[in-house]
Amino acid sequence: MPHVKCLQCRECKTEYPIEPLNACEFCFGPLEVAYDYNSVAKAVSRKSIESGPNTMWRYHDFLPVEKESAVDISTGFTPLIHAKNLGRQLGLDHLYIKNDSVNPTFSFKDRPVSVTATKALEFEFDVLACVSTGNLMGSVAAHGAKAGMETMVFYPADLEQGKIQGAAVYGPTMVAVEGTYDQANRFCSELADAYRWAFVNINMRPYYAEGSKTLGYEVSEQLGWKAPDHCVVPGASGELHTKIWKGIEEFEGAGLIEKAKTKMHLAQAEGCAPIVEAFETGNNQVRPVKPETIAKSLAIGNPAAGPYSLEVLRETGGTGVAAYEDSIIDGIRMLAETEGIFTETAGGVVISSLKRLVEQGKIKKDEVTVAFVTGNGLKTLEAMGDFVDPIETKPQMNTFQTKLSKRRD
Amino acid sequence: MATKRVKFTFPQELIKEPVIYKLGVDFGIVTNIRRADIRDDMGWVVLELEGESEVVEDGLEWVTSTGVRVDPIAGDIIEG
Repeated sequence: MPHVKCLQCRECKTEYPIEPLNACEFCFGPLEVAYDYNSVAKAVSRKSIESGPNTMWRYHDFLPVEKESAVDISTGFTPLIHAKNLGRQLGLDHLYIKNDSVNPTFSFKDRPVSVTATKALEFEFDVLACVSTGNLMGSVAAHGAKAGMETMVFYPADLEQGKIQGAAVYGPTMVAVEGTYDQANRFCSELADAYRWAFVNINMRPYYAEGSKTLGYEVSEQLGWKAPDHCVVPGASGELHTKIWKGIEEFEGAGLIEKAKTKMHLAQAEGCAPIVEAFETGNNQVRPVKPETIAKSLAIGNPAAGPYSLEVLRETGGTGVAAYEDSIIDGIRMLAETEGIFTETAGGVVISSLKRLVEQGKIKKDEVTVAFVTGNGLKTLEAMGDFVDPIETKPQMNTFQTKLSKRRD
Repeated sequence: MATKRVKFTFPQELIKEPVIYKLGVDFGIVTNIRRADIRDDMGWVVLELEGESEVVEDGLEWVTSTGVRVDPIAGDIIEG
């Protein structure tokens, strides 16, 4: 960890040692890892990165952990696909899909959790914990298993069985918390104070958040060491949006890419779009909302990084877009039918928002655009509804041919 | 004694209400504001509360009942 300087408050800039802390003691602002970027720039080159592993750990010099101790389940360096079919449909010549749904637990969460689990071992925690309604719990359970740590997964008691099983298979202790969402949220926040556990998105949050930067590095490297003109990123807490931009800026600062002019667009679902609402009304405060969206993985009504995501939107000239709820499934199907990629509802939000950005003239035909698909569609099958309309036929050639002709008409 | 770090978000119609003052006077809770942003249409205050554990809980329940939103300072931690 030779390049890490300290933790620093994002608000008042007070510095803290590298410890499992997430809030400033003075202003209670969130803490972030600060680096010695001169040291990073001296240590890395395009060649050194290219000779690294085909995982996110090829960027270890930019991460706040020791490479040697990495809890790695082969996360990252996921495909960046030139989406020619979807691009043709939308009128974009250079559209790329960053397909992070092919990570080991089928979502981008493996990136921040890999960093967190590694850091938790460095801090000599015995227990890795999280509170989640989906992707995060699977990733924490898998990394806990790999690290040989005791793992605690908290979730609201009314969560769908499929999501619970997807995490339980890795053998964590599963804890169903009764009560409302807000009660569960506060209870788990108190748990993090009461137990000496590595709670991935609470006391370990500064390290957790850093893992998402690797998406920015990867996209820049995969585009031939060049930042894209546009990124379309799904928005929940807003952290992914800010960290992809941080990754691009860090690559620029280290001299690995030229000055980036990337517009960082943020895609939220209409039923939970507090950051987009603040963006559209010109506020720098994010008004909390009660989520009512089918995009459950984006249903964060009081986003922790909302104000910072707003800063990135305004700094880069990006646009906040809210995808209509009834267009989310259309977005999923459009991506599946054109590129053969089945994404979850968050990906549907991204594709639907991308379509709106093009219609609004925010993205031009010849500009390099990357849409981030962060989770696998098999995780949200229930949201797809009953959309299958099969041809029903007897096992007779004539019947089948008649029905097929009718369908094709 | 217990301490709690929380964020109050005030809707427009409650911005003028002395909620934090009443927490001190009516519940005997020590309030310590660390950061705040109050505008015409909404406002938030990040603060530390100190008092007997049950009293702090009662106080927060009362604040919630007024229509002010109470969150942990880390925001929503239940992730998808």
